[in-house]
Amino acid sequence: MKLRSGMLQKLLPFFSLIALFVFLSLASPYFFTAINLSSVVRQTAVINIMALGMTMVIVSGGIDLSVGAILAFSGTLGTMAMVNGGGVAGGIVVGILCGLGWGLANGALITSLKIPPFIVTLGTLGIARGVTLIISNGLPVVGLPREFALLGEGSIAGVPFVLLVLLACAAVAYVTLHSSKLGRYTYALGSNKEAAIYAGIPVAKYTVAVYAICGMLSGVASMIEASRLMTGQPTAGQAYELQVIAAVVIGGGSLSGGEGSVVGTLIGAFIMGLLANGSDLLGINPYLQQAIIGAVIILAVALDEARKRRFSA
Amino acid sequence: MLLDLQGIEKYFTGVAALRRGDFQVEAGEVHSLVGENGAGKSTLVKIVAGMLERDGGVMLWRGSEVNFQRPADAHANGISMVHQESLLAPRLTVAENIFLGRELETGPLLDQRRMERECAALIEEHNFPLRAGWRVEALSPAQKQLVEICRALHSASSLLIFDEPTSSLSEAESAEVFRIVRSLRGRGMGIIYITHRLDELRHVADRITILRDGETVHYSPFSEVTTEQIVHHMVGREVSTIYEREPLPPGEELLRVDLEEARLTLHAGEIVGVAGLMGAGRTELCQTIFGITPATEGAIYVRGRQVEIRSPQDAVNAGIALITEDRQKTGLALPLPLRVNITLANVDAVCRAGLVNGSREEKVAEDSQQRLQIRAASIEQLAGRLSGGNQQKIVIAKWLFRDARVLLFDEPTRGIDVGAKAEVFALMDELARSGKALLMVSSELPELLQVADRILVMRDGRLVAELPRQTTQQEIMHYAAVGK
Repeated sequence: MKLRSGMLQKLLPFFSLIALFVFLSLASPYFFTAINLSSVVRQTAVINIMALGMTMVIVSGGIDLSVGAILAFSGTLGTMAMVNGGGVAGGIVVGILCGLGWGLANGALITSLKIPPFIVTLGTLGIARGVTLIISNGLPVVGLPREFALLGEGSIAGVPFVLLVLLACAAVAYVTLHSSKLGRYTYALGSNKEAAIYAGIPVAKYTVAVYAICGMLSGVASMIEASRLMTGQPTAGQAYELQVIAAVVIGGGSLSGGEGSVVGTLIGAFIMGLLANGSDLLGINPYLQQAIIGAVIILAVALDEARKRRFSA
Repeated sequence: MLLDLQGIEKYFTGVAALRRGDFQVEAGEVHSLVGENGAGKSTLVKIVAGMLERDGGVMLWRGSEVNFQRPADAHANGISMVHQESLLAPRLTVAENIFLGRELETGPLLDQRRMERECAALIEEHNFPLRAGWRVEALSPAQKQLVEICRALHSASSLLIFDEPTSSLSEAESAEVFRIVRSLRGRGMGIIYITHRLDELRHVADRITILRDGETVHYSPFSEVTTEQIVHHMVGREVSTIYEREPLPPGEELLRVDLEEARLTLHAGEIVGVAGLMGAGRTELCQTIFGITPATEGAIYVRGRQVEIRSPQDAVNAGIALITEDRQKTGLALPLPLRVNITLANVDAVCRAGLVNGSREEKVAEDSQQRLQIRAASIEQLAGRLSGGNQQKIVIAKWLFRDARVLLFDEPTRGIDVGAKAEVFALMDELARSGKALLMVSSELPELLQVADRILVMRDGRLVAELPRQTTQQEIMHYAAVGK
């Protein structure tokens, strides 16, 4: 009995998402339409993909504040490569590698300098933003090849292309976090770092890997963002880190580490996406939208904490 | 008479920590309180200092019965305790630490100047090598101890309690503490002095009270007892051995440690005990062998071959495992299921094509659960929900699955109830019989005598003696407390 109500509570984010979906379908005739739903998917894909990486970081007991800045850097450099002879594929590769590079830098700084991730990534946030503006001179990169728009806006048999990218990323993240050695160590690190060290786990190596993956996924997201805007924006991704962290936390991730899941994060990101979309459709003041999302974050975590308290007794 | 305790009792969740604590302190004397770990010394002085309330007995202060409910009540009567240095706030100054929680104020603001002045006066009065404005984090362990003494002196003037004041100090620094203790006695203060180091009593003690298993078993002027008698009273009569281990002929040499502070050899089939007082360096020895604090010189050999151990990974790869004294902090990931904890040190062995194979892992976990008789609802139960004995078995299971051949047990029975202790011992015996080499650090001498094939004694960070299994508690305590 106890177990069953525990399961129910654990599924609360999922039921909230369904309830929100049903409510919006009834409240607005424009909600449950192919056009609107695919626009929700397109809008949330960027945050969603970044949140997958952030889930790993948060499960490991860390935090990455630099993901928005990495997105701007990778988007700018990727698109610059694209217009300077790299072609669409070359540009995308450059963008992803830029993200990977920043992630590796974050991990290396955290493990070698032994500085808390919050501080390191606050620092790299500033560095990445500054360097992006210097390289681009503050100007957006324009004149991208027309085919590049397919990534962000294209569809295959009615299914938005970004949804496929998102699902592929989510599948890989799911397998990595839930059944690979890296994932296992990520949970162990976040649950009890000392015990992980005493178990002979090469903690530094796996910490670097987690931040590298998070950075790389920001690189992937940067290409989708650039494709949707058809420009490389050096100022892209402002405050995305907060939305990304919020998605993980709404999905059950714990900032003290050891908790969080890929499915939870996807649900968290879609809840935020639906709240934004629904508010637009229902004509709710955009200023109020921000406040609603803020309140939802607190509510979600409060419910999750109440559940944990009840079942740890 | 300042303090008179008669038949003090104290229970923690039904278990007696003190059954009959009798103890007196006169003004102008140093009364030393000794006993083994867990004899009830700390409990007794915490009752005096108002940190615990007694469950029975009489406490007289200057002839009238008192009952302190909080440290402030004790302070009000001029009683204070010198804590271990760890209770200081490192980023604050000496003066700020001394006045912590009882700051002087003028209106809404702190009166920094007056606090510094009073602190400086106190330091000068006792001629301590300190300055009011120094930051505590920059001080040596001995100076930190002095700050604690200042704190205590500032709030009390009649009775000071020292709880192992020299445990982290060098010999020269200890001598300084003795000088201060004697000078406070000269001012007519009563002093309770707890120590594990019997050899330092002669520098300070006027009288001695010995506790054993929560009871006062001896008190007399210090000059009337010999060290041997003290040890005898601390340990009591010969404890009959309930668990008798049949030693095996030692097999192949599995581990040889050749460090300046300790030289030792472990053979297959052996359980070697390590005795010593708190702070004697037993845990540190294990951590060095396991690579937590790698040795700077010397060498470690596994099966005759020298191995470089710079990290726990190196140790694990060399087949060495450490079962730490603090399971919750360093042994287990408490929020994760026991399945995950058991395979954590050897995930590769349950992976197929780079991914964890669920059914293989479940089988490993279930086999371990059965073999070690870990009492849990299922392998999915969270490690944090299990009892101490079962948690200990998970830690052991983890290393067995890793196929470690040298197992270092640091206080393996800490926090485990009596029934589970016997199970852990039986398991250790079985491990030895299966050809593993075990090192067992324990503060429980009877347990060491029951389980170990031979016993190494450490004192002040060094190995000082190797005793055969037929040795006695008295002999071990002698080496641990006195050295040669």
